[in-house]
Amino acid sequence: MSKYQVNQKGYYGPFGGAYIPEMLYPNVEELQQQYLSIIEDPSFKEEFEQLLRDYVGRPSPLYPAKRLSEKYGTNIFLKREDLNHTGAHKINNTIGQILLAEKLGKKRIIAETGAGQHGVATATVCALKGLECVVYMGEIDIQRQAPNVARMKMMGATVIAATSGSKTLKDATNEALRDWINNPVDTHYIIGSVVGPHPYPDMVARFQSIISEETRKQLLEKTGKATPDIVMACVGGGSNAAGMFYHFLDDEDVQIIAVEAAGHGVDSGESAATTQLGQEGVLHGSRSILMQTEDGQVIEPYSISAGLDYPGIGPQHAWLFKSGRGTYVSATDEEAMNAGLLLTKLEGIIPAIESSHALAHLEKMTFKGDETVVICLSGRGDKDLDNYMKYFGF
Amino acid sequence: MQINKQANGLLSIYFTAGYPSLDSTLDIAEALEKAGADFLEIGFPYSDPVADGPTIQHSSEEALKNGMTLNILFEQLKDLRIRVSIPVYLMGYVNPVIQYGVENFCNKCKEVGVNGTIIPDLPMYEYEELYQDVFKENGISNIFLVTPQTSEARIRKIDDLSTSFIYLLSSNATTGKQLAIQEQSEAYFKRIKDMDLKNPVVIGFGIHDRDTFRKATSYVNGAIVGTAFVKLLAADSYLDKISDFIQGIK
Ligand SMILES: Cc1ncc(COP(=O)(O)O)c(C=O)c1O
Repeated sequence: MSKYQVNQKGYYGPFGGAYIPEMLYPNVEELQQQYLSIIEDPSFKEEFEQLLRDYVGRPSPLYPAKRLSEKYGTNIFLKREDLNHTGAHKINNTIGQILLAEKLGKKRIIAETGAGQHGVATATVCALKGLECVVYMGEIDIQRQAPNVARMKMMGATVIAATSGSKTLKDATNEALRDWINNPVDTHYIIGSVVGPHPYPDMVARFQSIISEETRKQLLEKTGKATPDIVMACVGGGSNAAGMFYHFLDDEDVQIIAVEAAGHGVDSGESAATTQLGQEGVLHGSRSILMQTEDGQVIEPYSISAGLDYPGIGPQHAWLFKSGRGTYVSATDEEAMNAGLLLTKLEGIIPAIESSHALAHLEKMTFKGDETVVICLSGRGDKDLDNYMKYFGF
Repeated sequence: MQINKQANGLLSIYFTAGYPSLDSTLDIAEALEKAGADFLEIGFPYSDPVADGPTIQHSSEEALKNGMTLNILFEQLKDLRIRVSIPVYLMGYVNPVIQYGVENFCNKCKEVGVNGTIIPDLPMYEYEELYQDVFKENGISNIFLVTPQTSEARIRKIDDLSTSFIYLLSSNATTGKQLAIQEQSEAYFKRIKDMDLKNPVVIGFGIHDRDTFRKATSYVNGAIVGTAFVKLLAADSYLDKISDFIQGIK
């Protein structure tokens, strides 16, 4: 077993575990005991692959970004998760989890969402399977993300406003957990990133690992190389990054770069750069690194990108950071917005602002010229047009 | 009064430290003992209390706004054993404890005379592997929860690990869902009673009046009232109302 993957007890080094109240124990234990045998079953795999192909549109292209490569003087490939159905990598996970929920005989699905991308991806698979869907979303995010709220409702989901705490993603997650406590038997909670109690971080990473699985094949076909020199992705909770890194973790010569959101600047007091600002602690069921006060109260983060606006990171990322296997850096709002505009002008691709954070780091790197760099383009920018318009005054 | 297997009809009250005002903690504790409460759970607030319903969430939020921290709470509790003699347990979430330092936390509990802790999101496995030794060295009892879904084998394990009492949740729910005692909950209480556990058992969550208190304590040693009491603290001159509140239940 890779030293970067979860161990039998649900830990990555000192991180992970299942810090959950006893009320959630039966649900989480059921998942712990069954997830591997279910997702490794041939009938599960067959349906998962079929849906990824025929419904999501996989494999997603590995696109050699010629003009972007010229600009930075190296060889850049974009893994086009933005071309997936519903516009981001989130659907890889929700397809996997809805099939798992079916196998477990669950009748009702709950989820949390920040910007609404994971909520839409969950509502989508619930419509596909005809299952009841309840999405918790911070009251403030509901106002900020009206089109995604409408999408979820069109697909038959019930969207419930989280009115506690700061009324954003962290609180939506709390509400989803409370719902699960109160509905322990028939409900499956589809968590949207590689966070939560074991086995969620590992389970979500496995569903997202299709990103690096395809990348390896595609790269070999296109370049004859078995591995790239560098893989990069943005990190909110860390699911697209976990998927992008998964099949390269044990190739120690592949450099792994994760880009967090620095908001107005790491030291501005308005940031979501968790590894720079956080300490070890427990949030939403796992031990990881999180932004918190000296008294252990969770700090509300800030980023222009709603999908990166989370005070923690998944336990595997905490371990990749602490062990030194991964390089964790950050990009500000301004750097990300400019990188998003640059990609649009050079390649005709409008990226999600989350993904723009990964692109922004290119500016800070130096290249010899013969590297192969793969960047996970986790989502498309349609949902962010309003933000781009306001920011650049189009 | 001791919490032991022979005791019956014990009433415990939960309230959040720092609510309704920063320095209300010991006044409330003292008034509760005078009014006849048998032991206390003092909550230390957390920003993300996932096991709590709206009332206790609100009290935690207000307590944090009032400036409550574990440091301040331990400062306030320096006088605990001058003013209060019944057993006192601290209840809260694990992250503030980790940030404070588990060892520091246990030392402080011992120093001020706290008897034990209830930390819902610190599960048995993590407690055993990481924390048990420190708790034991300081003589601090950690209390575990049992729900209607907890398996018999797990309850036995909890009984082995426990050193004070077992906290039986009336139903699988967040705090503040009023308990309507039905046949199924009575069957569950009876099942636990018949297991004849080594530790005393106390029922919590949803106990809010004399009727639910009586029903619960007919099966086990005691019951805990939280949300219903925290609601009372929102009233003016709440200290004067505590005696009637306790009499109304016990
Ligand atoms: C396009 C896109 N990228 C990235 C993220 C961040 O999530 P994660 O870090 O789990 O990939 C989101 C979250 O909403 C997203 O929508």
